[in-house]
Amino acid sequence: MLELKNISKTYEGRLLLDDITFAVQAGETVCLLGASGSGKSTLLRMIAGLESPENGRILFDHIDLASTPAHLRDFGLVFQDYGLFPHLNIFDNIAFGLKMRKLPAPEINLRVTSLLKQMDLAGFEKRKVTDLSGGEQQRVALARALATRPRLLMFDEPLGALDRSLKEGLQKELRSILRKAGIPAIYVTHDQDEAFTLADRILLLHEGKIIRAGTPAEIWSNPGSAWAARFLNAGNVIEGAFVSPDKIKTAVGVFPLKCRHKHSKGQRISLLLKQSNEIGEEELRLKVEDVLFKQDQFEVRLRGGIIVHLKDAPKTGQTIRVRVKVRCLE
Amino acid sequence: MAGPQGAELQGENPPVYSAFLRTAFVRSTLWIFPVLFLLVFFFLPLSRILFLAFDSQVLAGGNGGLIAATLRFTFYQAALSTLLTFLLGLPSAVLFARYDFRGKSLLRALTAIPFMLPTVVVAAAFTSLLGPRGWISLVFPQSTFQFIGTLSAILIAHVFYNTTIVIRVVSSALSRFDPKLEQAARSLGADTPRVWWNVTLPLLRPSLLAAGLLVFLFDFTSFGVILLLGGSKFTTLEVEIYLRVLKLPNLPLAALLSIIQLLFTLVFSVIYTRVISRVTTQTAPRFSTSHSPRSAREKIFVAAWAALLSLFFLLPLASLPFRSVARLEADRGQRGEVQYGMTSDYYRELFINRRGSLFYVPPIRATFNSLGYAGLTVLLSLALGYPAAIALAKPTRLERILDPLIMLPLGASAVMLGLGFILNFGGALASPWFVPIAHTLVALPFVIRTLQPALASIPERLRQAAASLGASPFRVWQSVDWPILSRATLTAATFAFTISLGEFGATLLLTRPEYPTIPIAIQRFLSQPGGLNYGQAMAMSTILMSVTMAAILLIEKMRLPGDAADIPL
Repeated sequence: MLELKNISKTYEGRLLLDDITFAVQAGETVCLLGASGSGKSTLLRMIAGLESPENGRILFDHIDLASTPAHLRDFGLVFQDYGLFPHLNIFDNIAFGLKMRKLPAPEINLRVTSLLKQMDLAGFEKRKVTDLSGGEQQRVALARALATRPRLLMFDEPLGALDRSLKEGLQKELRSILRKAGIPAIYVTHDQDEAFTLADRILLLHEGKIIRAGTPAEIWSNPGSAWAARFLNAGNVIEGAFVSPDKIKTAVGVFPLKCRHKHSKGQRISLLLKQSNEIGEEELRLKVEDVLFKQDQFEVRLRGGIIVHLKDAPKTGQTIRVRVKVRCLE
Repeated sequence: MAGPQGAELQGENPPVYSAFLRTAFVRSTLWIFPVLFLLVFFFLPLSRILFLAFDSQVLAGGNGGLIAATLRFTFYQAALSTLLTFLLGLPSAVLFARYDFRGKSLLRALTAIPFMLPTVVVAAAFTSLLGPRGWISLVFPQSTFQFIGTLSAILIAHVFYNTTIVIRVVSSALSRFDPKLEQAARSLGADTPRVWWNVTLPLLRPSLLAAGLLVFLFDFTSFGVILLLGGSKFTTLEVEIYLRVLKLPNLPLAALLSIIQLLFTLVFSVIYTRVISRVTTQTAPRFSTSHSPRSAREKIFVAAWAALLSLFFLLPLASLPFRSVARLEADRGQRGEVQYGMTSDYYRELFINRRGSLFYVPPIRATFNSLGYAGLTVLLSLALGYPAAIALAKPTRLERILDPLIMLPLGASAVMLGLGFILNFGGALASPWFVPIAHTLVALPFVIRTLQPALASIPERLRQAAASLGASPFRVWQSVDWPILSRATLTAATFAFTISLGEFGATLLLTRPEYPTIPIAIQRFLSQPGGLNYGQAMAMSTILMSVTMAAILLIEKMRLPGDAADIPL
């Protein structure tokens, strides 16, 4: 449905987006995951038509959108700080897009009422925007975007301003609404948990480039680069050097390992060490440096900065054995 | 330790100067001089005006027609001026709030200059450009074009004055405006005009209303512009009061007109305070909403509008100093033979006391008089403003009531102040001391409104920290208070200085012929025939303009970032 081809953009002389190409299929939710400044919001604004790319094309159903202004694209947009119109009540906020499309009043009434019901906001029609809590405002913003039945929904860190417990509830709600509506969606966030919860597919954006794309499970098990592994908090990232083409020496031990590319002796590489319980994985014997109580488990820091989580607390200074799965990060 | 009062205001931490500043004796001495000053020089004269106005003779005297006609024209010109000010100001506000371009801050400063300029300078500037001896008439001698003495002159001068208010109020509202609201509207299917109509304008409404009221208020009480540029055909309430004092004396009628004008001003001010409170509650976090123009349409708008603004503001301001050094016509006694060229004669002539000239003294004495009055005004308004501002910075319940009283002289027009002095002090007015006192009344609200936020902004924690580190109260004051106050003091002093230097309305009524001020001298030169008088008016106006601009520059330099205390009320 939506296709981006070789999109580039510079901002104040710096390359903000560098040759971005991807597509969103019907009914699919794609998460653009990246740190702040990675260019993800700019990308969203380009798709919305609020900014134009310097190079590349954006197509929807194979039609180039370059000459379609924002108000004719029929893409719904939900912002982090909701962007609700403070001078309009809840009803008029949700009805705004419908009025712009000059729908008959009974039809507008019907749609707004059913959306309010769906969002658990029945009876809120006449309330002021400022009287609502953050979670309620976000549901109104979502209802407003859904009301026009857009061809595509876009979310720009919609839950960023909410506290953790509210956020988790809304993530699940959002997930079921998106599945039910069947509208393709692009969801921008810097929160990996959110991306993992909501996305069918994740695009990891770093310094203007898509550095990794795949399902949440694929990305979690193989982040692909040291930066991505650290950003996703996917496990311990350590440095090592090849002592032979299939042996890597690190501060915590020597691992027999084959990486995808050929490496010469002495070359340095980053490794991802994930705690594992599978028999046959590498076993480390390391001294305990610190133990932190983390509710139902203990976070244990071992020599070399390796962090593992254990059910029982070892003593500081004791040497323990842990199993880890080792992966090359190239 | 703090008394119960101090504890209530400061929570558990005692303020550093509490013991001293919180005693009832010190508190009341802070108030006594400003309040006494206002009683004697404002409220007493005001009550004289009131008594006179309700004298049965005026009310029954068949002046209804004149009052109604004056009131009608006052409203008419103010409404029309406000409308035209918005016509120029609104696109300019959009220009400054939404776009970045080269010379933006310079252009913005340029649009702000007229607001601080004395009315006589603005009148002289327009005369130098569009008057019978102005550049336009000199370049096109055959044209029958007339500007001075028309309604257009009044309107254009008002637009010139007040556009900066619309720019300031509306562009600050626009840049506080969350751009996401417009983007949301766009993504929901609204095109640009509908985004403006359905989202931007409704959200700007309080700011538009506030700017409109303020502009209307200034146009409503405008005096110098109407008197100097409107000629004898047009009289507003303010001009009519002046005429009924000096030209066609009828003091009871003047008093009645003053009261009518005061009532209207107060009503507008009350509405304005209501509206402005809504403007501030609407604020959201700051966004950077300005960018370089992107599309061709944006580029054309930015270039064209910036050019229009520069021309409109620069032409009168620049034509004045050039006209003051240009001889473009025959001098006295050189009938027929026209000399063209640069000349410094108009300036040199200011130092000569000619027989048969307008003054008993060389015209340059007006400059010294003005500087003397301005100096006295600075001293007096600081001496009265400081204690009042200290008390207002952390007011007790009683002192909160006194706050609007101090601001009340702002609502009274300058001509009205002059009338009050004449009624109250009568024969004593031969003394030149009443001029700086009247100027102080005008300047005092500005001085207090500059000092008070600075005083209130000094965090008590800083003083406590300094005290806990072993600083004596004097050292605390020296290291914490003074660095902040010194700027505010200089700004307040400069305000008082410029206000006094340019004050026209009250001075016109109060000044003695032998003690002219610069604005009075300019007005007299302008009202007399002859190229030399005209040239001297230009020269004098140029001097006044330069001094005022230097003062504006100083105030701008002193302004702390994020400080918006420029238009009180």
